[in-house]
Amino acid sequence: MYAVFRKELADHISSMRFIILFLLVFLSAMFAIYIAIQTIRSVVGPTTEFIFLKLFTTSGENLPSFLFFLSLFIPIVGIALGFDAVNSERSSGNLSRLMSQPIYRDSVINGKFIAGLTVLGIMILGVVLIVAGLGLRIVGVPPNGEEVVRVLAFVAVSIVYGGFWMALAVLFSVFFKRTATSMLASLAVWIFFFFFLTVIVGAVANAVAPVDANSSIEMIVRNATLEGSLARISPCTLYGEAIVALLTPEVGSVNPTLLVLSSYSGRMANPLPLMDSLLLIWPQVVTIIALCAICFGTSYIRFMREEVRSI
Amino acid sequence: MGQPVVETTDLTKVYDGFTAVDKLNLRIDEGEMFGFLGANGAGKTTTLLMLLGLTEPTSGSVRVGGKDPTREPIEVKRLVGYLPERVGFYEDMTARQNLFYTAELNRIRRAEADERIASLLGTVGLSEVADHPVNTFSRGMKQRLGIADIWVKEPKLAFLDEPTTGIDPNGVDDILKLISDMGKKGITIIFCSHLLPQVQKLCSRVGILAKGQLVADGAIDRLGRDAAGAGRYRMEAEVDAAQPAIVDVIRRVEGVRDVEMTGNVLGITADKDLRGQISRAIIDSGALLVGMRVEEYSLERIYKRYSKEA
Ligand SMILES: Nc1ncnc2c1ncn2[C@@H]1O[C@H](COP(=O)(O)OP(=O)(O)O)[C@@H](O)[C@H]1O
Ligand SMILES: [Mg+2]
Repeated sequence: MYAVFRKELADHISSMRFIILFLLVFLSAMFAIYIAIQTIRSVVGPTTEFIFLKLFTTSGENLPSFLFFLSLFIPIVGIALGFDAVNSERSSGNLSRLMSQPIYRDSVINGKFIAGLTVLGIMILGVVLIVAGLGLRIVGVPPNGEEVVRVLAFVAVSIVYGGFWMALAVLFSVFFKRTATSMLASLAVWIFFFFFLTVIVGAVANAVAPVDANSSIEMIVRNATLEGSLARISPCTLYGEAIVALLTPEVGSVNPTLLVLSSYSGRMANPLPLMDSLLLIWPQVVTIIALCAICFGTSYIRFMREEVRSI
Repeated sequence: MGQPVVETTDLTKVYDGFTAVDKLNLRIDEGEMFGFLGANGAGKTTTLLMLLGLTEPTSGSVRVGGKDPTREPIEVKRLVGYLPERVGFYEDMTARQNLFYTAELNRIRRAEADERIASLLGTVGLSEVADHPVNTFSRGMKQRLGIADIWVKEPKLAFLDEPTTGIDPNGVDDILKLISDMGKKGITIIFCSHLLPQVQKLCSRVGILAKGQLVADGAIDRLGRDAAGAGRYRMEAEVDAAQPAIVDVIRRVEGVRDVEMTGNVLGITADKDLRGQISRAIIDSGALLVGMRVEEYSLERIYKRYSKEA
């Protein structure tokens, strides 16, 4: 497996695809920094805690934050690194040759996946370090220990999230013979979750538990709870909740019900301690890992018993 | 007789209702060069895939080097070098890098691999382009690289699937030469092809597959005789001036079944190769023997018959 990993890693890093992706992510980081500089002074008051984290979360008037960019690009990078993992080997006639070597079949998928994950990790960590480094110079406030841990946890969760999209893309690369098909299928899933699901979920929630200007708090809560739970079938939502909890401790909850309630009652004065934040996001992270495992398991089952014929 | 290194028993592969390989019984001995003939779609590739554990048999059993490829794929793949039909390489990598990757997958140490690969690239005539990316290679060069690729792991067996398809005649000769050299090194070879002349040139034994069934299996000369003369030899003798009496002289040689004369050429059918006795009889009769040969029954006739059916 190590041989596969090394080759795939070398392939990725020397490939045009990697350079393009890195530029994309890098530019978005630059943009995010720019936005943060523009607006951070107005957000930060003398009593503000976690100034360092604000670097990542601050958005401009109409401009998105770094977090938004990242949550947009991680799936794209994950998909780009995985969508042709198996079917490109097949169509280039390499798969038969590879499979006739004394290696286990799963080591091909594993090697490729881990290589992709490494690249993803390098990319995310790199971008976060760039933002942190530049931000540090501009804001001039060094991060405290908790902030460092939160940022690292954020990087880890992001890699896991990218890993899910990569696993999904690898799954499609096992099932579809053509790379164009597997790419489109992966992108379709992403677009569905990223853009359409919120609309659908909102519509369903409003149909089941309608609210209007005269609704009672109970009704609003019911609506919000339903919408929140439905939205959680989407890994995008799970990831969004996790990183918000990590990087904006003052929000205090990923639970829309509580958010709704607190906006009524004016609660959430104190930021959540680190351990609580970690506990809070734990279910989300586990769910993403589980989804990843499902994609992986399905790829295995299909690939292990599949006929390897040169076409 | 050596050990059978490949043995199949009633090997069958069914693709949703369609039988691609039908109760195949093969036995290939160590060091043999076995020609696996069959028209396109006869089931050759499917058989190889089952021998390698790249697809599972529907029924029947396979042993390669005494191992079951479905149960112990790694052991079998250590023994076998497989050159797939239309072999592919990583196009952006050089020839050397591609072979090096194969060496790595076979856990060959770097220093050893370096040396082996350099010498192999020389053997297949690719030394000069060793560090060019494979996407600059012709079909024939890729095929030769494929042969180097299976050699990297120094296999005991080599399965070659249509190694000469899509290559110009000169290229074909190069490849046949490489295969024949491989055979001389004692590697057991299965050479799949739909082209009879090439198989005939290299292989001592052939199996003919038609619609998934093995319709003929044996040494080339015997198969030819079976096909043409019901197990008999046919010889032709040319004399300087044919006397009708000579026909009777030859008929009296023991083992001769039939003699016919057309001009100065005598067509003789016999139970075995009687060239010695026949030439003595001709000379004793006072005629001059100009030439004599055993008619080579090419497999073509049976092969054609079966390929047409398929
Ligand atoms: N995956 C498959 N599904 C259905 N039929 C197949 C499949 N693979 C091969 N076949 C059929 O099996 C037969 C034998 O194919 P193959 O072994 O490739 O023949 P050959 O290598 O002798 O040309 C062909 O008729 C082919 O159409
Ligand atoms: Mg074939």
